[in-house]
Amino acid sequence: MRNILGFISGGMFGAGLVISGMTDTEKVQGWLDVFGAWDPTLAFVMGGAIIPMAIAWHLSKRRTPLVGGSFPTLADPKLGRNLVLGSVMFGMGWGLVGLCPGPTVASIGFGGWANGLFISAMIAGIALAPNVRQRLDVSVDAQ
Amino acid sequence: MEQEWFMGLMGGLLIGLAGAVYLLGNGRIMGASGIIGGLIDGSERAAWKERMSFLAGVILLPLLLLPLGANGETNLTQNPVLLIIAGLLVGIGTRVANGCTSGHGVCGISRLSLRGIVATVFYILAGAITMVLFRHTLGWI
Repeated sequence: MRNILGFISGGMFGAGLVISGMTDTEKVQGWLDVFGAWDPTLAFVMGGAIIPMAIAWHLSKRRTPLVGGSFPTLADPKLGRNLVLGSVMFGMGWGLVGLCPGPTVASIGFGGWANGLFISAMIAGIALAPNVRQRLDVSVDAQ
Repeated sequence: MEQEWFMGLMGGLLIGLAGAVYLLGNGRIMGASGIIGGLIDGSERAAWKERMSFLAGVILLPLLLLPLGANGETNLTQNPVLLIIAGLLVGIGTRVANGCTSGHGVCGISRLSLRGIVATVFYILAGAITMVLFRHTLGWI
């Protein structure tokens, strides 16, 4: 059941990314390009996605997940520097080529070697992340 | 252009519904970087099947939509150095920050998570500054 729901959810996610144009890096970079030919599409995608998700969070207050277990609790609202530094790094990479993790997976089937190279580097980055995180923590302790 | 914002809204609603299914069905947050990251660093090994099923759906459905006229053009740069640097930044950054556009953006903002909102502000700002610097100042992208 978990796997079927996972596949359905993933399929809807992938379809939504392609339909909305988010696998087209020109549209994503166009949205970030506030001082150039600004493309508003991404704002509609975000806005559209937040509506059903907000309803889902509301519904989750009064039930348990279909497959059992419990819903994820709201993370500790600590705004550490990992959150900020990580997000800045992610934003830079996102701006440089116009890809984030969802769309690069959705375009594995048609994105060619360039998408393959990006995703390989991204996986290497994910593998390196615990190390980077540790160094950040060490440098905080040293202060 | 008018059609593009409409398709954006429709696709966005579908992305939100996908997140709703993952949350209400499996009790999990639909964050692409978390799902991929969990498979790579081996956190919560028990969840690998549902994560693989999710990713299979993400890869397969776009391929089914292409013959129906979906946009298969990625307009992705062919510069290998840019692709490698950007990939590393996205991989490290999303894991250090614990989320990306889907986890912090879609799932975080919709529950008014302060962390999600702050992360989203910073990655959008960083992306916009990157555009100013590398497109308009240096002309590299």
